[in-house]
Amino acid sequence: MIASSRKSRSADLERIESLIKKGAPRGRLIDEAFRIFVGVLAWSSVGLAVLLFLVLLRESWPSIRQFGWAFLWSSEWDAVKEHFGILPVIYGTLVSSLLALIFAVPLSMGIAIFLSELGPPWIRKPLAALIELLAAIPSVIYGLWGIFVLCPVLRTVVEPFLGKHFGFLPLFQGPSYGVGMLAAGIILSIMIIPTISSISREIFLTIPTPLKEGALALGATRWEMIQLAVLPPSRSGILGAVLLGLGRALGETMAVTMVIGNRHDISLSLFEPAYTMASLIANEFSEATTPLYTAALVETGLVLLIVTLILNIIARVLVWSVSRQVKGVPA
Amino acid sequence: MNQIGRKIFSAAMVLATLICAVVVLVPLISILIYLISKGIGSVNLDFFTHLPRPVGEAGGGMANAIVGSLLLIALACLWAIPVGVFGGVYLSEFGKGTMSSVIRFTADVLTGVPSIVIGIFAYTLFVLPMRSFSVLSGAFALGVMLIPVTLRTTEEIVKTVPVTLREAALALGINRFRTTVSIVMKTAMSGIMTGILLAIARVSGETAPLLFTAFGNRVWSQSLTEPIAALPLQIFAYAISPFEDWHRQAWAGALVLIGIVFALTLISRFLTKTRYQAHH
Repeated sequence: MIASSRKSRSADLERIESLIKKGAPRGRLIDEAFRIFVGVLAWSSVGLAVLLFLVLLRESWPSIRQFGWAFLWSSEWDAVKEHFGILPVIYGTLVSSLLALIFAVPLSMGIAIFLSELGPPWIRKPLAALIELLAAIPSVIYGLWGIFVLCPVLRTVVEPFLGKHFGFLPLFQGPSYGVGMLAAGIILSIMIIPTISSISREIFLTIPTPLKEGALALGATRWEMIQLAVLPPSRSGILGAVLLGLGRALGETMAVTMVIGNRHDISLSLFEPAYTMASLIANEFSEATTPLYTAALVETGLVLLIVTLILNIIARVLVWSVSRQVKGVPA
Repeated sequence: MNQIGRKIFSAAMVLATLICAVVVLVPLISILIYLISKGIGSVNLDFFTHLPRPVGEAGGGMANAIVGSLLLIALACLWAIPVGVFGGVYLSEFGKGTMSSVIRFTADVLTGVPSIVIGIFAYTLFVLPMRSFSVLSGAFALGVMLIPVTLRTTEEIVKTVPVTLREAALALGINRFRTTVSIVMKTAMSGIMTGILLAIARVSGETAPLLFTAFGNRVWSQSLTEPIAALPLQIFAYAISPFEDWHRQAWAGALVLIGIVFALTLISRFLTKTRYQAHH
């Protein structure tokens, strides 16, 4: 529908333009001025994006020149000796986000299927609205809740339990602090569930009804219909939704900063405090005293920007191609 | 698998998806219950009318943070809303071909830029040259976050205005400028407002882009080139402090903040509803 409506949209615009050309040339000057005015404003958003990238590149240049690629795989972060490397921070960012995906993806799939296919119609709308409320809660409030509600529960109940029964795994060893990688993963998963589930739901809704009816008519149960008719054509769209969620998790700042514990260490244990790129910047940027320190933090931001941009671009292309391909099927 | 087994499995999976939906409501309900039970006690007249007190002194409020947030958002809207709305009108009314796809794509990508990175951007453009944290830098950062959302929602809404309306206006001899502004945008106005309100709801809780732009302030700011307090910043500062009294204030601030965000969301929902009723 996206592709086809865009095509007819262009046709509409062309018809309007030809109408204007055929008509009296009244007000042509003001029309042109208006077109240029709105055009400049529209393009200024592109200008902002380009400026954003260039500014970050320029400000991080001292750090890029000083450390080169070693910035990415050195684990030393020493503000006094002015040696900066963000390997532990990259590790913390990736692991906390992957942890979030492990919790969020199955739940989001369940929600999306329930809300688009299996749930009773009367419950779908209110439930979808409630889940969208989760997306409206500001990050800092998730952090507040994380500090005072989630972390104490993790410290006193969940982590001792995991340590006792699964302590043989390196993931669940060490003392229970409450704050740490596990807390960050859980908070992030709650924050990205609305993103992943709502996009997946929209993807499922693009599946033509005749395909589903066909599966049911051939004797499939409701779940088999999902497996046979709904999931396979949605696969790359779901991947796109997951990548958009991942992009959000990687860049999430406040809630993570408040519960991850902020420590420059690589530890296999999920109970240990860690650091992410965004929380590193949030914590240290206004304390950075030397130009090189600031440049290193800006370079961290640049790395974060590049990673999230690539993820977002891949995700958008995937979601877009699915909605186009599915609509191509004559329904 | 036999017939009954398949049916039982299917029913079990339906139940499993229901459980997924219910599980996600647990944190939502928990957050709301804690916000109300811990925050309501400290939300009183003092909270809205007093400045924060030093550690150890009970009472005090977040008057400067509330006003600061409102000012930051108002200034951000002042420069960003025109860019977003008219940019969206451009995409809808004149946007053909690959060039406008570039704008659409950039806007979508801009939505995904981490807010902390936008904070660095504003810091470099405003705080470094002016040598001070400031209201202006904070308003710039929030504005950058407003633009892509208003741009895309405005485009989608303005597109839904029937093309016959434009043709009718043009046939009456009205020029393109008046047609777009007085006919098309006016018809789509409640939809455009919805998009703006949703964008404002989204940025009003933002903390990360304000950390090193607006920075926070314990007293009233005297000018736009001074640091200023903001509600989310104050909640953050109080939440990570070690003081019991400040924690209470943080919960109260969070309750007020979520009240504002939900109110904006609800108003925009209501606008959407009346718009559809008017058209169908």
